[in-house]
Amino acid sequence: MRHLLSAADLSREEAITVLDTAATMAATQSREIKKLPALRGLTVVNLFFEDSTRTRISFEAAAKRLSADVINFAAKGSSVSKGESLKDTAQTLQAMGADAVVIRHSASGAPHRLATSGWIDAPVVNAGDGMHQHPTQALLDAFTMRRHLMPEGGAGAGLDGKRVVIVGDVLHSRVARSNVDLLHTLGAEVTLVAPPTLLPIGASTWPCRISYDLDAAIAEQAPDAIMMLRVQRERMSSAGGGFFPSAAEYSRRYGLDAARFEALPGHALIMHPGPMNRGLEISARAADSDRSTIVEQVANGVAVRMAVLYLVLAGNEGTPS
Amino acid sequence: MTSGAPARVVLSEHDISRALTRIAHEIVERNKGAEEVLLLGIPTRGVPLATRIGARIVEAEAGGLTSEDLVGTIDPTMYRDDLRRQPTRGLEPTRIPPAGLTDKVVVLVDDVLYSGRTVRAALDALSDVGRPRAVQLAVLVDRGHRELPIRADYIGKNLPTARHERVSVHLSELDDADEVVLS
Amino acid sequence: MTDYLITGAQLPEGSITDLLLADGRIAATGSDAADMAGARAGAQVHRIDAHGLVALPGLVDLHTHLREPGREDAETVASGTRAAAVGGFTCVHAMANTTPVADTAGVVEQVWRLGEDAGWAQVRPVGAVTVGLAGEQLAELGAMASSAARVRVFSDDGLCVHDPVLMRRALEYVKAFDGVVAQHAQEPRLTAGALMHEGIVSAELGLTGWPAVAEEAIIARDVLLAEHVGSRVHICHLSTAGSVDIVRWAKARGIQVTAEVTPHHLMLTDEAIRGYDPQFKVNPPLRTAEDVQAVRDGLEDGTIDIVATDHAPHPSEDKDCEFAAAAMGMTGLETALSVVTEAMVADDSRDFGWQDLARTMSATPARIGRVTGQGRPLAAGEPAHVTLVDPSARWTVDPAGLRTASENTPFAARELPARVMATFYRGVATVLDGQPQDGSTR
Ligand SMILES: [Zn+2]
Repeated sequence: MRHLLSAADLSREEAITVLDTAATMAATQSREIKKLPALRGLTVVNLFFEDSTRTRISFEAAAKRLSADVINFAAKGSSVSKGESLKDTAQTLQAMGADAVVIRHSASGAPHRLATSGWIDAPVVNAGDGMHQHPTQALLDAFTMRRHLMPEGGAGAGLDGKRVVIVGDVLHSRVARSNVDLLHTLGAEVTLVAPPTLLPIGASTWPCRISYDLDAAIAEQAPDAIMMLRVQRERMSSAGGGFFPSAAEYSRRYGLDAARFEALPGHALIMHPGPMNRGLEISARAADSDRSTIVEQVANGVAVRMAVLYLVLAGNEGTPS
Repeated sequence: MTSGAPARVVLSEHDISRALTRIAHEIVERNKGAEEVLLLGIPTRGVPLATRIGARIVEAEAGGLTSEDLVGTIDPTMYRDDLRRQPTRGLEPTRIPPAGLTDKVVVLVDDVLYSGRTVRAALDALSDVGRPRAVQLAVLVDRGHRELPIRADYIGKNLPTARHERVSVHLSELDDADEVVLS
Repeated sequence: MTDYLITGAQLPEGSITDLLLADGRIAATGSDAADMAGARAGAQVHRIDAHGLVALPGLVDLHTHLREPGREDAETVASGTRAAAVGGFTCVHAMANTTPVADTAGVVEQVWRLGEDAGWAQVRPVGAVTVGLAGEQLAELGAMASSAARVRVFSDDGLCVHDPVLMRRALEYVKAFDGVVAQHAQEPRLTAGALMHEGIVSAELGLTGWPAVAEEAIIARDVLLAEHVGSRVHICHLSTAGSVDIVRWAKARGIQVTAEVTPHHLMLTDEAIRGYDPQFKVNPPLRTAEDVQAVRDGLEDGTIDIVATDHAPHPSEDKDCEFAAAAMGMTGLETALSVVTEAMVADDSRDFGWQDLARTMSATPARIGRVTGQGRPLAAGEPAHVTLVDPSARWTVDPAGLRTASENTPFAARELPARVMATFYRGVATVLDGQPQDGSTR
C-alpha cells in the first residue's frame, strides 16, 4: 500500500489485510507494554488544515505506539486556506524528512493532490478531506462490525451478507462515502437513509440502497448495524442551505429514538463516528446502551491507524503496492 | 531464484520426524520435565514445528499437560531491524497460553537458524510480553553464517551451506510434503 | 509593404485558388492573382506555396480574456493577441472582467489602443453591463459604444446578470446602438460554492455541484425576455444538452438568440476531474458525455451559432494547488482550431466541413459582434484577413511551448490534428511557417 487516499482504492484482499493487521495491533494494546518498535526512527507528520482533535490524537497515539516520531502541524483556518501554501507546506515537510504524511483538509481531493502532484515523495494517509473520503474511519467502523458480527472475531473474513443502515447527512459526509465503498467491498449490504435534500445527486449509482424512510429501512433490513451520522444544526438555516425545516422535524423523522431503538434486532450494533448530537440524531437511550460501540470505535481507531501506518511505512521503500 | 547446483533433499519426512522426537526428548531431559516449559513457534514454519514437538512432549509426559498450555506463537515482525528493506510482511498473531510466560522456560522454535536476526527480534518481542525465567532455542536446521552472537540449544540437523544456497523447509501443514531441500 | 502571393490554396468550399494580398486587401484571386503580382511595380512579392493547405477567413473570437489591465502576470494584450495570431485569429473580443473593470469609455479605449499598438490582431473590447460587474447599476453602455473602441458586445462574463429587471433594461438599452448582451448564464444561488458539474462524478468526489439547471433556467428566462422586448441576446459558453434544447426552441419561435460553445465543452467531460487536477476546473464546468454529444449536434445543426474560446489564462500558482482553491478557466486560443477540427470536421459522420468551421469561427462571430471587415469571404476587394491551415498536420500540445503567457491548457500532451501555418492580419503576415513574426520581421 503506497498511500491511503480513498476507501474505494482498497481491494477486498487489501482491506482484509488492514483489518487483520489491526486485530494483531489491537491484541498488543491490552499488554502492559503497548509500544512496538516497528517504526523506530521514522517521522510521521500530522498535517491538519482542519480542526479535529479526536482524529489527530488517534493518529498520534497510533504512530507513537509504533515508536515513530510525530510532528503535529496545525494549519487550521488563517491564510492557509489559499492553495499555494499546501504546496509550500508539503515541500517544507519533505525537506524536514517526513516519512509519512497524515493529512486532514477541508478541500476534497487535497490528499490526492499531495500524493500525486510531485510536491512530496512520502506516503500520504487521508485523515478526512472535505466531503470526499475518510478511509480510516470506515476501516475502524468495519473493524468494529467484524469483531462483533463475524464468527471468531472475523480474522481473515469480510462482512459478507451483513446489513448496515447509515442514517443522516450523506451529502456532506465523507464518512458515509468511505463506508459505502468499503462495506460494499467487504460484502456487506448498505442502505443509506436520509432526507432527499441530504443525498447527493448521483448517489443512485453507488453500490447501496437508498431510502427516505428510517422506520421502513429498519423494518425491511433488520440491520446488523446502524450508523448515525452527525447532523449539523446550521444546515437547517437558510444561510446553511436550508436542508431541513427544524431540528425537531429531523429528529422525529431520522433520529434514533427509543421506539426505533426497540425496533432494531436484538444484536444490532449502534454506531456513531462522533461527536454526537444527543437528542438530535441519536437518543441517550441508544447511545448509552450496551449495544453501542461508540466508545469502542475510538479504541479501535488507534489499532486501525497503527495498521495503516505500519502498512504504508514498513515494506520496500518505493515499491508500489 | 535458482543456483547452479540441482536441488537436493537433505532431510526426508522420516528424518524430520526423528529429529523432532529427539528435540522433544532433549527439552524434557534438560528441563527435568515439561511443567515449566512453554514452546513458542516463530511464524511461519516455526508454528507447526512447535505444535509437533509439543504433541510429542504431551504424549511422553502422561499427566495433566495439554498442548494448549504448552504451545503458543510469537510474531517478531514488528521487532525486526530490516522492516523497510523487505516487502511488507503481513503480521501473524502472537498467542501466549493463558498462564503467561513469566517464570517459565520459553523454548523458541523456528525452522532455519541463519543470521540470527529473527531470533534477536523474537527475544525483543518476548521481553515486551513478559519475563521468562530462561529462553532456549530449538531449530530444525542450523545452516551457519551467524551475524549475531546467538546459538541454538536444540538442533535437528547442522547443515553447512554456502551463502548463495537456499534452504527450503516444507511441512505438510502448509506445503504438500515434509522435506528440507537445499538448492 | 510586402505583397503575398498565395498559390494553390483550398478555399473553405473546396475550390483551389491563388490569392494576392496587397495594400491590406485581397487584391486578386484565381489566375488574376499571379498576373497582378507580376504587374505590381516596385512591390516586393512574397510567394507562399499553399498546396495542401486550407485558406480560411481570419478567425474571430467573441470571448477572450486578455487580463490587461490588472493581471499582466497571466496575460497582456500583446501576449494574448500574439497567441491569437498563432491560433489563426485576426480578431478577438477582450472580456470586461479586468482590474479595473472595462465599464467606462476610458478603459475600453485603453484596451483597444493596446491592441492597435501590438498589431497582432484586431482587439474589440467587450464592455461590462453593470458598474464593476456588481450586477446592480447599468454601466455607461452608450459611452462605450460611441468611444474609439466602438463597443457592440456587452457582458458581465464571469458573473451572471441575474437580476431579471436589470437584464431586461440592458437588453432594451443596447438596441439604440445595435449592441448585444452576452450572458454568462449561471443562476448564482443554485451554484454557491460550486466546483464542478453536479452529477455522478461530483457525488463521488465530494465536490460541490454546479447543476445544469442553473444554466438552463437563466437561458430560458433570457430568451423570453429578449422576445418580450424585441432585443437580441447572446449566450456565452453554452454547455448542457438542456440549453441546446432551449435555444433550439427559441430560434424556432423566432427569438433573436445566438449561442456559443467553447472548444473544451466540445471535447472534455467531467470524468477528467477524477484526478482532482485543477487544469480541468472551468466555469461553466465540464459536463457529461451526453452533453458533449448534444453541443456537437447543436453546432452541426446551427442551433449553436459559433465557437468561442473563453481563453482564460491563469498563472501557475493559481492552478498548482488544491482543486477548491484553484482558479477557474483554461487557455484556448492556440488549440481552438485543432480541437474543433478533431471534434467536428474530422468526424465523417457529421455534416460539418471547412465552410462550417469558417462560418462558426469567423463569419458569424464577426456578425454577432458587428465587426465590419472581419469574417468576410475570401474574394477580391475584401480585407486581407486570411489564415492558412495544414489539415493533415498533427501536433502534440506542450504547455510551455504555447505562446500565451500562461500554461493552463487542459490539452497538455494531447495529440491534435490541423496546424495554423500562416495568419495575415490587414495584409500583414503575423504568422509564417507556424511561427509568430515578431517586430522587425513583420
Ligand atoms: Zn463566462
